[in-house]
Amino acid sequence: MVTTFRIRRFDPESAAPAPYVQEYVIDTEPSDTILDGLIKIRETVDESLTLRCSCRGAICGSCGMRINGHAALSCKTKIAASTASSTTVRVEPMNNMPVIKDLVTDMTGFWEKVRQVQPWLQPTGVEPEGEYLASPESMSHLTGVMGCIMCGACVSDCAALEVDSRFVGPAALAKAYRFVADPRDGASASRLLALNEPGGMWDCTRCMECIEVCPKGVGAMDRIMTLRANGIDQGVPSTCGSRHAEVFADLIEQKGRLDEPMLAVRTFGLGHVGGLLSFLPMTLRALVRRKLPKAGPFHRPIPGIARIRRLFQRSKETP
Amino acid sequence: MGTFYEFDVLVMGAGLAGMRAALAAREAGVTVAIITKVHPVRSHSNAAQGGINAALTDRGDQWEEHAFETIKGSDYLGDQDAVEILAREAGADILALEHMGVIFNRNEDGRLGTRRFGGQKRARTFFVSDFTGQAMLHVLYEQILKARLPVFEEWFVTALVKDDEGCCAGVTAFELQTGQFAFIKAKAVIMAAGGVGRVFEPSTNALICTGDGLAIAYRAGAPLMDMEMVQYHPTTLKGKGLLLSEAARGEGAYLLNKNGERFMESYAPNMMELASRDVVSRAEQTEINEGRDVDGCVLLDCRHLGKDVIHDRLSQIFEEAKSFANVDLTREPIPICPGMHYMMGGVKTDVDGRCWALDGSWGGVRGLFAAGEAACVSLHGGNRLGANSLLDTVVFGRRAGRCAGAYVKTRPHPRVSETIVKQEEDAVKAIPARPQTTDTAAAIRHEMGVTMDEGFGVFRHKEGMTLAQRTVAELRNRWTRVAVQDKGRIFNTGLVRALELDFMLDCAETIALGALTRQESRGAHFRTDYLQRDDDRWLRHILIYHDPDGPPRIDFLPVRITQWEPQIRVY
Repeated sequence: MVTTFRIRRFDPESAAPAPYVQEYVIDTEPSDTILDGLIKIRETVDESLTLRCSCRGAICGSCGMRINGHAALSCKTKIAASTASSTTVRVEPMNNMPVIKDLVTDMTGFWEKVRQVQPWLQPTGVEPEGEYLASPESMSHLTGVMGCIMCGACVSDCAALEVDSRFVGPAALAKAYRFVADPRDGASASRLLALNEPGGMWDCTRCMECIEVCPKGVGAMDRIMTLRANGIDQGVPSTCGSRHAEVFADLIEQKGRLDEPMLAVRTFGLGHVGGLLSFLPMTLRALVRRKLPKAGPFHRPIPGIARIRRLFQRSKETP
Repeated sequence: MGTFYEFDVLVMGAGLAGMRAALAAREAGVTVAIITKVHPVRSHSNAAQGGINAALTDRGDQWEEHAFETIKGSDYLGDQDAVEILAREAGADILALEHMGVIFNRNEDGRLGTRRFGGQKRARTFFVSDFTGQAMLHVLYEQILKARLPVFEEWFVTALVKDDEGCCAGVTAFELQTGQFAFIKAKAVIMAAGGVGRVFEPSTNALICTGDGLAIAYRAGAPLMDMEMVQYHPTTLKGKGLLLSEAARGEGAYLLNKNGERFMESYAPNMMELASRDVVSRAEQTEINEGRDVDGCVLLDCRHLGKDVIHDRLSQIFEEAKSFANVDLTREPIPICPGMHYMMGGVKTDVDGRCWALDGSWGGVRGLFAAGEAACVSLHGGNRLGANSLLDTVVFGRRAGRCAGAYVKTRPHPRVSETIVKQEEDAVKAIPARPQTTDTAAAIRHEMGVTMDEGFGVFRHKEGMTLAQRTVAELRNRWTRVAVQDKGRIFNTGLVRALELDFMLDCAETIALGALTRQESRGAHFRTDYLQRDDDRWLRHILIYHDPDGPPRIDFLPVRITQWEPQIRVY
């Protein structure tokens, strides 16, 4: 099989450094991974092609890159599967981090954010002589998130990070969850308080990209949602994020459908004039295009609202 | 001269042994830094899947039993005083790891659970699903973050620097991201840079396992010991050599030949699939050589274990089989074959990681320490038991770190001639400046790997080994003329691979020399021209010293026996 690799390259030492695309056409086997192809290029065509790689078996997390537009481990991605009918593969460095050279990105920021969540066990009380006693159920579910190899794929494709680099991001939040959910850790409360701050757990936009691209099935977004629920359960101070979740549920319970203007007003609070005013241009554009949703008293509950309220009632009775 | 840094202790390598050593040295209250050519969590300790051994007395186990099985596994080449330490201190280190945060699998009573591993009669292997190494590595990195230890990430060490008295004084290295050359001064260096897997092709090892630490220590004057002892793992994927954990057999998987027979019955009737690795690999290779193979492989059958066991306890290899061999382990057996996996030999150390003898019984480098796969204490002798390598890293990493921490307090700051550092920098920079030829580092590396696999695989004999040795010598000549295409400073991985190849060729030469020297069959070193173990002549270690002006020098050390006299080894 002949495969065309279209690789986005970058040479920081060229006269005018700028990314460019270079094409390589090589023979590949059906069983080959993208990494096999890249190594073949490096060894037989162009030794200067630069990438990180080590284990070849999806455990070291070195070879994260974007393949046909999505972050993945090149060692785990088959050439054939990633191109379907065609044999052209697009390979680019990971997103949301600076490029050092070719497919090598600078992960300093990634690691700073991981460090930000204080990723080490913080037990309280006297250390036991033997192991900490904990039921298998309370620990075994953590092996899923412990499977994270910090490859950066989720951070590369995170939609929230693309617009707000202050967001701590899915990998660091999954790591934070690993400690919040560990029965041996005594710092859950302070961890959740820290994650309640701007840039923390409420800044995820739930686009699910991190779940899609994770090569290890860590499910970062699901962990973030659990962190949020834990935060609300433990009574962290309300934020726009937590109020958004609560008001969302409250409005559904009242009306059976989303009352978007009311959601904004109640999330920000009437006192937060600035926040509400920021919606004004969008509101006016929606009005001009006759797309302004009904609000408050104009928004009547849907037929069958009683059934929805009963569902809410039942969920409150059986936590 | 380039940049300059100074620490009391510098640890080369950030796998389990390196990070454990760094934390222990730090506890001594001295300044410690780690230097590593990849980010710590990219280290090859990740690949240890199955678990970590410890005989805990409160679980009815005895450290003596663990020690004996390790010694029997080593085919009596392991030093028994070192093995006793390993077995005695194992329990405390496992508990320390648990307290740091490792999420070991647990029993219903809330305590840590175990599984069975090869060469051992009792279930004493503690584990995290089948990614124990990864789970431990990430937790130790958490502890490095917590301790705020400085880490030179993605720095490539080129040589050990010695002071005017010949003691260790630090390393020369360059930073990949900038190309900046530096002298990192240190009173003690702990070599924990892992094994030599890529000297062989195929190998289960990661592409970074290029024997840098062994070669750097060797060139500085430290002897390499028992380099002929190369472990072939019984269950690797043909072709690329990816590892399928022994955990599969630990959980009860069968090995079958073409006729569907559990062939281990004829090789190890008691232990069957869980005989020690050298025994199982030889059995498989015999089946393959005698035509009872399936396309050069035998079969690993997990089907009878059931979906629950496969998904809960073998999740990673289930994924691996699916991704890399297109096999569903719950439905069909997977073809596997023996593949190069682990180096039992390494930089000779005492039981505290020192690479010099306090009593002068062997030569070395004062101030140099080693731990983990790079080191040879010797624990594993002729054959390492599964789940003893992780244990080795934490027990002897900790001991090396603690000893180095105490050692540096007694030492003045080293004085180093500036010309040594400048010479090293010039030598490295000369490599990309070599005239372009058609030969490449990649071609030489591939040829070396295939040559080593053919000459020093599961079965060895003089003719094959001599031929391989000659080829390696030719490859060394070719290496001196190889150019690097990339002339840049920033992230010049071509230069890195050329330097790694230089290190690997040193390792290949010592493996060949050790194997040709040892005229017997012991552990992983099985010679068809010397079929028997020969305790009278060869119950001893082979030490190889580098000589810059001539061929390497060979020396011998007796094996230290404490309470287990060598016996005939059957499983």
